[in-house]
Amino acid sequence: MSLNDAVFFLLAVITAGSALGVITSRNIVYSALLLVVTFLGVAGLYFQMNAGFIGLVQILIYGGAISVLIIFAIMLVMDVEPHRTNPPSPRLPRRLGGIYLSILLVITMGAAIWFTHWPLAVGTTGADEMAVLADLMLGKYVVAFEIAAVLLLVAIVGAIILAKGADDK
Amino acid sequence: MLGDYATIGIFLLLTILFPLAALGLAWVVRPKPLPDEEKLTTYECGVDTQGRTWVRFRVNYFLYALVFLAFDIETIFLFPWAVRFKALGLFAFVEMLVFIAILLTGLWYAWKEGALEWY
Repeated sequence: MSLNDAVFFLLAVITAGSALGVITSRNIVYSALLLVVTFLGVAGLYFQMNAGFIGLVQILIYGGAISVLIIFAIMLVMDVEPHRTNPPSPRLPRRLGGIYLSILLVITMGAAIWFTHWPLAVGTTGADEMAVLADLMLGKYVVAFEIAAVLLLVAIVGAIILAKGADDK
Repeated sequence: MLGDYATIGIFLLLTILFPLAALGLAWVVRPKPLPDEEKLTTYECGVDTQGRTWVRFRVNYFLYALVFLAFDIETIFLFPWAVRFKALGLFAFVEMLVFIAILLTGLWYAWKEGALEWY
């Protein structure tokens, strides 16, 4: 087993282990914090695959902003004792429904991965990927780039309107 | 290929080991009295805790987080542009100014609506 494999297994164990912790933890705050570990583990996997920029996005957006959003959302609605915030469902039909959906998801994604032909990437990777991305983003796809700004604007305005409405003001 | 990230890996290992070593060393030398009620109280700047610790928080926190999220994503877009700044030239600079101007409209709106007010 090479060092590369060892790093992969370490990252995979961290990611899968913390993901398991998210669903088994009784305290939803612990679940949220373990979810951050999962995000960071996935970021580590991206780095290992030499997709540095995606790894950076994963850390900055998911590890940073999304996790803060999740924790604030929990803080907004938290109104019971902390150890009862994330209980398992006691009803058998619901559990079976969850298992059914999980199996369906695993089969769908597994089949999608298995039957897709993955050609090896040709061309620049690593340090150059950012340059390629910048050239495409500000050159060929500049309209999409500016529309992304409009989308972000709509997201900000929509979020404020939703939250203000909830505030009864 | 992995070598570039080895430095980060060593740093990561050190940041995990260092606090563990500090805590472990402190555990070896510190006195270990049985925890009593006083010791188990939630620490709140030295005064006794008022009410429950787990309460609902204001919606303001959430608004801040949402605005932060939008500008976090803006940073992601700024990053490749900054890396290629010299090669891309003036046109890309203007494009980026337009991009930032659109997002600043969002900040202006948030400001106008009082989303940044702390009352």
